[in-house]
Amino acid sequence: MDFSVYLHYWPKLLSGFGNTLFCWATGALLGIALGFALALLRRTGFAPLLWLLRGVIEVVRGTPFLIQLYLLYDGGPAIGLKLGAMQAGILALGIYGSAYFTEIFRAGFAAVPRGQVEAAESLGFSRLDILRRVRLPAMLIAIVPALTNMIIILSKETVVLSVIAVPELMYQMQSMAAETFAALETIIAMAVLYWLMVEAAARLGRAAELRVTAYLRVA
Amino acid sequence: MSGQPVVEMRGVTKRFGQNEVLRGIDLTVNRSDVVCLIGPSGSGKSTLLRCINFLESYDGGEVRIDGRLIGYRDEATRRPMPGRDLQAMRESIGMVFQQFNLWPHMTALDNVAEALIRVRGLPRATAADRARAMLAREGLTDKEAAYPARLSGGQQQRVAIARSLAMEPKLMLFDEPTSALDPELVGEVLQVMRGLAAEGMTMIVVTHEMGFAARVATRVAFLDQGRIAAEGTPRAVLHDSEEPRVRQFLQTYHERNDF
Repeated sequence: MDFSVYLHYWPKLLSGFGNTLFCWATGALLGIALGFALALLRRTGFAPLLWLLRGVIEVVRGTPFLIQLYLLYDGGPAIGLKLGAMQAGILALGIYGSAYFTEIFRAGFAAVPRGQVEAAESLGFSRLDILRRVRLPAMLIAIVPALTNMIIILSKETVVLSVIAVPELMYQMQSMAAETFAALETIIAMAVLYWLMVEAAARLGRAAELRVTAYLRVA
Repeated sequence: MSGQPVVEMRGVTKRFGQNEVLRGIDLTVNRSDVVCLIGPSGSGKSTLLRCINFLESYDGGEVRIDGRLIGYRDEATRRPMPGRDLQAMRESIGMVFQQFNLWPHMTALDNVAEALIRVRGLPRATAADRARAMLAREGLTDKEAAYPARLSGGQQQRVAIARSLAMEPKLMLFDEPTSALDPELVGEVLQVMRGLAAEGMTMIVVTHEMGFAARVATRVAFLDQGRIAAEGTPRAVLHDSEEPRVRQFLQTYHERNDF
């Protein structure tokens, strides 16, 4: 073991880590936004739209992320979608995540107690206000653990972006391993960094959970 | 608009699949009437009440609030009325539910202030002042900052009543407001409702509290299998009715309270 390789490679490690964080965060946000939008569209109950959305979601959930990434990055230009590696990576993460996030939101909408919505309806609330002030707060209690889970899963999918040469952590570490033959040191550094990232996300998730359920505990 | 009934139902029908829940309801409620709807479970009382603010759509007939059809643009085509119009009509119809249906993530004060802010568009501070006054009326000043989970059932129901009254409705609907309460908490809610009736509020109350119906109602309607089987003054329905279904229904109450 020769940990001195880190002395030379830490700028690469750091920039890789930064890029991983960036791709993860923007990909997750995009996935949540898309997933929420899809869940709202599905609530319109317009049958052809429902079939279409269900089909898209099944395809995205039924194929490996690696293949989706290649399809988007290599196949995109064929339909006029020319993206840089990082753009393609983030978009792919967002699309991949949205298929799962939308199911979480769908379950969340189903978990909102009907009476809370009826109370708002009977007072003359608009649908938008019911969504913002009643449905969302009520569903958050139910879905924060599942959201946290999916965000963590996405963090690990970011390693796949290395195959299209997004300079994220995996990519930088592979080049370090190739140049130094310090394979074990590389893997240890990666494991520690990813674990730190996931642990931080899990803690944030727990804090969010405590926060959205606070009203159940305060005196 | 004196002389105009607040609620007018004519030939209202409603079915859930094969099940005909309402089979032609005619009911007129005038200003300051307190109408109690009684009857066996499954007779359609709650459904009838929920048709009045269109929480439940009705299939046939018409429901008018201050002369205006609710839920549909017109009787002929029965196209749904625009959401904004329905919202505007609901603003003036308060509703109190069996399960209170307070929003658990808001304090008692916020529960009352929310509709004033979102629906009436009042500034936050003005809404909070009005909400505070509404809670004070019910003796709940010390519960302003409490979340519903920390309130007793009776307190929750009184907050829910305050939430509706803050909108200054011209009509209040009560859907079994005391049925989910422990017996010792029923009194405080009925007292609030009695006070409202005394102030001249127009009220329609689905209830199993025969004492309340006997003492507070101006009229009682007995529902059975989706029809109004008897209607009249409390005395006429609860004491003097010859209708066998009414007598049989009331018999269960006499037996239960006979110990």
